[in-house]
Amino acid sequence: MSEHIATKKTYILVWMSLMCLTAATAGASYLELGRFNIVLAMVIATCKALLVALIFMGVKYISQKITLVVIVAGLFWLFILVSLSMTDTISRSWR
Amino acid sequence: MSDSSPNFTAHSPGLQHHFATMEQQTDASVMGMWVFLVTEIMFFGGMFTGYMIYRYTYYGPWLEGSQHMDFWWGTINTAVLLCSSLTMALGVRASQLGQRRLVVAFLLITILFGVGFLGIKGIEYHGHWVDGQFPGAHFRFAGPNPRQVELFFSFYWAMTGFHALHVLIGIGLVAYIAYRSWKGAYGREYHNPVENVGLYWHFVDIVWIYLYPLLYLISHKHVSG
Amino acid sequence: MTTVAVPIRERENYLNQEYGIKSWLLTTDHKRIALLYLLSITFFFFIGGFFALLIRLELLTPAGDLVQADTYNKLFTMHGQVMVFFFLIPAVPAVLGNFLIPIMIGAKDLAFPRVNLLSWYIFMLGSALMLYTILNGGVDTGWTFYTPLSTEFLTTNVVAAAMAIFVVGFSSILTGLNFIVTVHRLRAPGMTWSRLPLFVWANYATSIIFVLGTPVLAISLALVGLERIFHLGIFDPRLGGDPLLFQHLFWFYSHPAVYVMILPGMGVVSEIVACFSHKRLFGYKFMALALIAIAVLGFLVWAHHMFVAGISLYAAMIFSFFSYMVAVPSAIKVFNWTATLYKGSISYTTPMLYAFGFIGLFTMGGMTGLFVAALGIDVHVTDTYFIIAHFHYIMVGGMVMAYLGGMHFWWPKISGRMYPEGWGKLAALLIFVGFNLTFFPQFILGYMGMPRRYWQYSPEFQLLNVLSTAGASILAAGYLLPMLYFLWSMRYGKIAPDNPWGAAGLEWMTTSPPTTSNFEQIPTVTWEAYNYDQLTEAPVERQ
Repeated sequence: MSEHIATKKTYILVWMSLMCLTAATAGASYLELGRFNIVLAMVIATCKALLVALIFMGVKYISQKITLVVIVAGLFWLFILVSLSMTDTISRSWR
Repeated sequence: MSDSSPNFTAHSPGLQHHFATMEQQTDASVMGMWVFLVTEIMFFGGMFTGYMIYRYTYYGPWLEGSQHMDFWWGTINTAVLLCSSLTMALGVRASQLGQRRLVVAFLLITILFGVGFLGIKGIEYHGHWVDGQFPGAHFRFAGPNPRQVELFFSFYWAMTGFHALHVLIGIGLVAYIAYRSWKGAYGREYHNPVENVGLYWHFVDIVWIYLYPLLYLISHKHVSG
Repeated sequence: MTTVAVPIRERENYLNQEYGIKSWLLTTDHKRIALLYLLSITFFFFIGGFFALLIRLELLTPAGDLVQADTYNKLFTMHGQVMVFFFLIPAVPAVLGNFLIPIMIGAKDLAFPRVNLLSWYIFMLGSALMLYTILNGGVDTGWTFYTPLSTEFLTTNVVAAAMAIFVVGFSSILTGLNFIVTVHRLRAPGMTWSRLPLFVWANYATSIIFVLGTPVLAISLALVGLERIFHLGIFDPRLGGDPLLFQHLFWFYSHPAVYVMILPGMGVVSEIVACFSHKRLFGYKFMALALIAIAVLGFLVWAHHMFVAGISLYAAMIFSFFSYMVAVPSAIKVFNWTATLYKGSISYTTPMLYAFGFIGLFTMGGMTGLFVAALGIDVHVTDTYFIIAHFHYIMVGGMVMAYLGGMHFWWPKISGRMYPEGWGKLAALLIFVGFNLTFFPQFILGYMGMPRRYWQYSPEFQLLNVLSTAGASILAAGYLLPMLYFLWSMRYGKIAPDNPWGAAGLEWMTTSPPTTSNFEQIPTVTWEAYNYDQLTEAPVERQ
């Protein structure tokens, strides 16, 4: 069985990064950035999610490449759901 | 009927009859777990879609609602879940190394963090309830746009409610895996169920990683109106 | 095939390997689970059919004189829910797919046999909830559950019906998950993706939809339930909630669901057409890609159900454009089936008759889909009988015929018996005639302006309604026949050889019926799919 086993150090480093990013996003909500607030919040959240997915969930070392396709497909489908629905919401008030 | 084809190696305990090798079985199991997690992405995705649509239309009330969230409890809860992810990952690692006692220890700590998360959620829910922030006949809100703020709270309760349900289920799964680990069902050769439960737990953590800023952190600077 | 000293009747197979109710209710054999599903969906087919009969009886006269208006609302609601969720969606995948996919790819079972059994138990739980809904007074939301009618105004069993469909959705999610992993990981040596029967490709494409779409239905129904029970106002217009949000979430699943209700049928038709033309299927690569294209593009068109609901014109244009695009792979398939027939050695067996019916009727249904994909036309015919005729041509003229064709084609393999061919042809003919008489007049009715879901109508629509009801009774007779002669054949039918049709495919290289583990040794595949040029057996088993 050729599985990759991460070190304890890796996991703890990831955990510390996650805690720091949490503090960052909490603090960022006190900044006045207008429209950019949500962008920054989502970027930080995505960084955290990537750390959890790549390291904790082992996606970085995954042996079956098809599983990556599965994950990307899932995310892309969520994107379809949100964005196509939003085309309706956003353009409803257009002339 | 014994399998005499050269495809079949000596039987590992836990190798099911329709798989040729343990590797094939594990690969199938992991892939199946990820496919299941994709269904969960779409399940929560429906609520995220609604959230996005209304946030676009009703930014002011969304801001109002968010500023009435309990910032500190929410932040602490985020940290609690991240810690639980660490202990879960360490538990999975221990199972990969066949360290039975360590596995059980880490899984039990993970459960503790999970229970802690639910406990804090309970405190928050109680607070919201007492403040009249549960939608329906008893909802009350003193600020502007109370109706759309009620809409925000509908999303808060639905999204965190489904998330909490998933945490609860996760606690059950981790407890089951801890019990099976204690009984010696897993080792270096076969620990796939531990990994799969780990995947589920981390996924539920990722959902919260997004819920936290969307519900609690819309902005502390903006003023609605 | 090896000859055996044991009489054919007594060879050990999956049916006689173990007896007793426990061996069926606790089975993990995909073939037995397929039969469990067969019982469940057949039961619901007749329930949904019963509601249809009542609808057609009411519509014999313009006045609302058979049932009350509220009762009529319940009839069309439950006809739709039962037929869609408890018959059409599981029919080919959970019965034929479960039975055949492992054998077709050279495996001993699906990837997760216990999950397979669990999916049937979940289906039964959903069935119980649906039966409760029906017996406790029914539900009248329309199968579409639109808010705020479903969340605010109705006092019928909305939550029970929503729960029933929520639960049964998980049955299909698990089936889809199982199929995807099975096809990826359990193919026999040499069974590459490009050697897979199109039936497998079709169920794989369907499974993509199961996994990506059904959860969104689940959350939309769950939110309706939460709104009714806890007054969470997500769709409540008084709070600024948007009823169209529900419709977006609902149709995000329910449009791809209609592709769930046709793709497996297309897979069946490919198998039948190739076999009874005794010819390699034309354009294999494009046929496989078309299946995937339909599954993917099908996720981009959902708001064409909402053209007149109040969405923005610009969004409507985008969805209309994608609706046109999704017709292209469907058309490619129709052309390729036709090209397969060309210069083939054609046998007019019962399955082939159903396949012909499918190709013609699906084409008509699909073409009328293009009509309504145009915004200008849809404004006039939406919510009329034109739409009803459109989707029944595809779902009944298409999918139900494909399902019956598949059941006849694989019946020898499933049961070890031949069905009576004469009766088979008669039933197919009755179904074809009855179907067209039922639904063609509905195109005209819709075009003339008769609205759907109306319990009484203007007198000038009566003649066409009478024709439609007459057709429905012929259709009903046609559907009853296979049930009767399939049951008859299990005891009195001719014993089936391993490959009565001279068909290509791994399932025809096993015994009829197969043994529990399908194969004594996993085969190594060295031939392409539909290798009819290499098969020398007599093409058709005739009675």
